Amino acid sequence: MKVTNLGYLIKEGIRGIFLHGFMSFAAVIVTVACLVIVGGFSSLVYNVNIMVEDLNKTNEIVAIVDASLTDAEARSIGTKINQIDNVFQAEFKTREKALEEFIADHQNDPVFGGVDAATLRHRYVVVLENNELMEDTAAQLSLIPGIAEVKADFEMAAGFITLQNVLHVASIAVIAVLLVVSLLIISNTVKLAMYDRKDEIAIMKMVGATNGFIRLPFVVEGFMLGMIGALISFFMLWAMYNALVNRLAEVDTLKLFNFVPFSELLAPMIATFMAAGLFVGIVGSWTSIRKFMDV
Amino acid sequence: MIEFNEVTKSYSVGTHALRGVSMQIEDGEFAFLIGPSGSGKSTIIKLITGELEPTSGTVHVNGYSLDRIRKREIPYLRRTVGVVFQDFRLIETKTVYENVAFAMRAIGAREDEIRDRVPYILELVGLENKSRRHPTELSGGEQQRLAIARALVNNPSTIIADEPTGNLDPAMSLEIMSLLQEINNLGTTMLVVTHDRDLVERFGKRVIAINDGVVVHDGMDGYYRV
Ligand SMILES: Nc1ncnc2c1ncn2[C@@H]1O[C@H](COP(=O)(O)OP(=O)(O)OP(=O)(O)O)[C@@H](O)[C@H]1O
Ligand SMILES: [Mg+2]
Repeated sequence: MKVTNLGYLIKEGIRGIFLHGFMSFAAVIVTVACLVIVGGFSSLVYNVNIMVEDLNKTNEIVAIVDASLTDAEARSIGTKINQIDNVFQAEFKTREKALEEFIADHQNDPVFGGVDAATLRHRYVVVLENNELMEDTAAQLSLIPGIAEVKADFEMAAGFITLQNVLHVASIAVIAVLLVVSLLIISNTVKLAMYDRKDEIAIMKMVGATNGFIRLPFVVEGFMLGMIGALISFFMLWAMYNALVNRLAEVDTLKLFNFVPFSELLAPMIATFMAAGLFVGIVGSWTSIRKFMDV
Repeated sequence: MIEFNEVTKSYSVGTHALRGVSMQIEDGEFAFLIGPSGSGKSTIIKLITGELEPTSGTVHVNGYSLDRIRKREIPYLRRTVGVVFQDFRLIETKTVYENVAFAMRAIGAREDEIRDRVPYILELVGLENKSRRHPTELSGGEQQRLAIARALVNNPSTIIADEPTGNLDPAMSLEIMSLLQEINNLGTTMLVVTHDRDLVERFGKRVIAINDGVVVHDGMDGYYRV
């Protein structure tokens, strides 16, 4: 096709948008609604995921060293612990440090002032790469000579893993449903636009226009609707996200919720939205025309 | 050239619209196709434009074999055949000029080609002074001339008209038929379906008469009583 036709196609596409003002408006609104929900939901899931991961990192295994070992012997066990595959990091804590932290955790209560560090044992605080293997790793740790006892909260770890999995599946399902809905609605909009112009299409076919050429203005129209929807929803989501984060910052003085700044989501978000707009617009219009073209 | 060879056409319902039609129309010829209502005239036209496929037999149009043409080739066949209908089929929201230009754009013509060609064609059909009007502001005869201009603009070798004067009074009908004859004189093959006996008689062209799906007369003797 000649490049000089490009201007015509774009012009026809834009003309179509205005010619079917209300339907175009409806299609953009629906796309925006779907994308804002998908985008909002995804960024929420993204943040929750990060928070869950952070929380999970705090779920450590404590390996207590046998009291009969000397300080030097106790420290040397660290190498063996680090040799276990799933160990991300093993931090040695002397009994003095352990006591200090224990007292700090209890608001420096003077009740514990007289406790002697000697009643505690040296320990390793072990953070794992993958908490799903916590039981295995704990078993391996307990086999190391010099380790007297392994303390770990298996149930808590399993709970976190289940939570993460549920979040993943739910978010993918919700996003898929919303995408299909926008696709159907854009496809219907384009179908109505084509129905409106069925006489023009019949004339084009009569004078020998190829199917591809007849389609293009409609695909351009769908593409533009998708793009406009993507842009509007992107900026809306940006504003809403920042508003939420600011509001949270005011309310949540304990910093329980830790949202990443929107700038971190900016690039993937705009890329995804553009791709979704493109996909929804083009696939939506293309599929609706297919049925129409068989004259 | 249009060539039908033992063509039959049954619609899925079981109607036998054509029952063995053979005919040949040479390049540059002018032929009338006449016959009573329901005899199969429009079916013949739809077979020529590739809108329908023959049930049996062969159809050749301007180098294309319609009985085994591929779907993607049909647009290119249609560029060689301009079609005019009784009901004009114009786009009412477009001006006279734009209606004609639309047919050129539809096959990907460049804007400078369109600017050259459309005024020339409008002059040929006598609408050069009405290019900015809309179809609703034209008389029936003028609307049909516009439809003819649109059929002509992509320079087809053949024009097919299905009852082009069916909606017009006798004076306008004569005008339109004369225009088609002029276009034929410029070298375009012309096949005109009509019910208008007076016109057929007056023009003294070849007449193909069809009745109940078969050709019952084909000759230059002009008048034929069905
Ligand atoms: N789509 C269709 N489905 C079934 N039967 C059809 C169809 N189109 C036409 N027919 C039948 O085929 C026969 C020929 O129809 P056709 O339209 O070719 O007639 P015609 O000669 O053009 O008539 P008219 O002068 O009224 O336009 C008629 O009996 C008609 O009822
Ligand atoms: Mg008919």
